[in-house]
Amino acid sequence: MNPKRSANKKYWKPKSKRWLAAAILSPAAAVAASALVPNVQAVNTLYYRTALVAFLAALLVLWTMRRFRNRLYHYSQFIAAAGLALTVLDLLTTKSNILKLPFFPGPTQIVEVLYTERAMLFVCTVYSLRLFFAGLACGVILGVATGVMTGWNRQWNYWLFPVLKIIGVIPPVAWIPLALVVFPTSFYAGIFLLALASWFSIAFMVAGGIASTPKAYFEVSRTLGASERFLLFHVAIPNAVPSIFTGIATSAGMCFMTLVITEMIGAKAGLGWYINWAKAWASYDKVYASILIMGAAFCIILGVINLFRNYFLRWQK
Amino acid sequence: MIEVRNISRIYYDTSGLPTEALLAVSLAIRQGEFLSLIGPSGCGKTTLLRLIAGLDLPQSGELLIENRAIEKPSHERGYVFQQAALFPWKTVEENIAVGLKARHTYKEKKSLVPEYIRLVGLTGFAKSYPHELSGGMMQRVAIARALINEPKALLLDEPLGALDAFTRIELQNTIRRIWSETGTTIVLVTHDVDEAIYLSDRIAIMTARPGRISEIIDVEINSRRDRNHDDFINLRRRALEKLHLAGEVYANVRGAGEAI
Ligand SMILES: Nc1ncnc2c1ncn2[C@@H]1O[C@H](COP(=O)(O)OP(=O)(O)OP(=O)(O)O)[C@@H](O)[C@H]1O
Ligand SMILES: [Mg+2]
Repeated sequence: MNPKRSANKKYWKPKSKRWLAAAILSPAAAVAASALVPNVQAVNTLYYRTALVAFLAALLVLWTMRRFRNRLYHYSQFIAAAGLALTVLDLLTTKSNILKLPFFPGPTQIVEVLYTERAMLFVCTVYSLRLFFAGLACGVILGVATGVMTGWNRQWNYWLFPVLKIIGVIPPVAWIPLALVVFPTSFYAGIFLLALASWFSIAFMVAGGIASTPKAYFEVSRTLGASERFLLFHVAIPNAVPSIFTGIATSAGMCFMTLVITEMIGAKAGLGWYINWAKAWASYDKVYASILIMGAAFCIILGVINLFRNYFLRWQK
Repeated sequence: MIEVRNISRIYYDTSGLPTEALLAVSLAIRQGEFLSLIGPSGCGKTTLLRLIAGLDLPQSGELLIENRAIEKPSHERGYVFQQAALFPWKTVEENIAVGLKARHTYKEKKSLVPEYIRLVGLTGFAKSYPHELSGGMMQRVAIARALINEPKALLLDEPLGALDAFTRIELQNTIRRIWSETGTTIVLVTHDVDEAIYLSDRIAIMTARPGRISEIIDVEINSRRDRNHDDFINLRRRALEKLHLAGEVYANVRGAGEAI
């Protein structure tokens, strides 16, 4: 294999000057379009342009820092494409009214809403994240507990496995009507639904991880004087830890979906609720703003899960 | 010290056909000795060692250690597999400490861990994870992990089988040093005649189908000092002859080729 190619597996084209230039020129073009082309729709372009300029400034600052330089190169294709897309969208909406309001607000207007509604959006984001992590934590605890019992004990396996299999295929949102009646507040109902969404895939993965513990690990431990308890807690469960994280990673998307749907249907706060509320007022700029935040929030969620994963699985290659 | 009396172990495959892995095998292992088990592939060496460890039970016959029956695995009999079977989520020192943790003696005996790391020559690797170690180093960890319980006997099932020739010789020397430093009884399964002569007091030669011990060769101290000494070469010839009688196909067996 070409050593030059294998040298950098992590970053794509970490030396390409051309893409870096594109990554700087295309946001600059967006700024220019916003500043030079006259508006057709009535909007305040200040926030949008300030955001773009701040973004460009951040790029330049990162460029001066050696440890971020490879990453900057890596993402330069994305940045270039995003800048281009913003320019085109801006021209199609704010600058020409080809895509009409209120359904298709331009980037200018969305950025404006992100700024003017920041307090509300912040509260909603915090509320959604709190519900997400509380629900996921319950799902992980339940999932690990039932998974361990299913994978370790034949008697438990006999009862739990079929139950998991049947309840596991039902979409968690199907329980919304029940959850909203049974639980005192929509927050607890949300926790229940999110726990349900993550419980089953985690339980299945953990049961598999426990059952697939190499026999040699148990035999070695027995010749070292280990009790059954030790075999479970120091051999089988640690062996299932990678499966726990696979279960969390695969159920995170399902959890997030359940979260948003639950909030749209039953909650009084959160990003899902905000979308519904904004839609009722035909404020599509707010809808898109909260969708953007959802995307960012889910990225952060995956990042946090990954941090935990890297810490607990530091023994892997 | 360990007595194997007339034991048989028969496996049945899915269609019910029997394999006589061991048939009426008897063997007395002495306190503090180094005994090697050698024989063609499939002759029941692993089966015998697992029975001694208590990881498996015979259909008939008796297994005794210091006149007590062997019924289940115990920290008195340390076992090392061909693949080290280290816990990948534990560092070297944590792997070695498993025996202490399992027996709830970690608090008092913590200080043994670095001692055993030194004994197997892994100073400086205490915090490494198994995937960062070479095959030979993993076997060193596995040996230290078994030894920290101060077992009455150490059972080694081809621990060096998967290693290259150079690493193998290094580890043979380590095992010999450990044996003289700890004085524990060692039973070693191997394919390598030279290894058996170099390390053991006695070599038990096994035959296949049904698995039996056909011959026990005493190795005098003099013969085992030097691999090129006449005594060593004579003993090797004698052992190989016995092995050829034991199984016609032995010449094809892995390990024997390098030994000749
Ligand atoms: N779990 C098992 N089920 C069925 N047959 C088995 C089992 N374990 C071993 N045997 C059979 O018993 C015989 C002895 O096996 P054993 O593993 O003890 O041989 P071995 O001398 O250790 O061979 P090798 O040198 O290849 O490791 C073989 O014929 C094998 O097929
Ligand atoms: Mg074997």
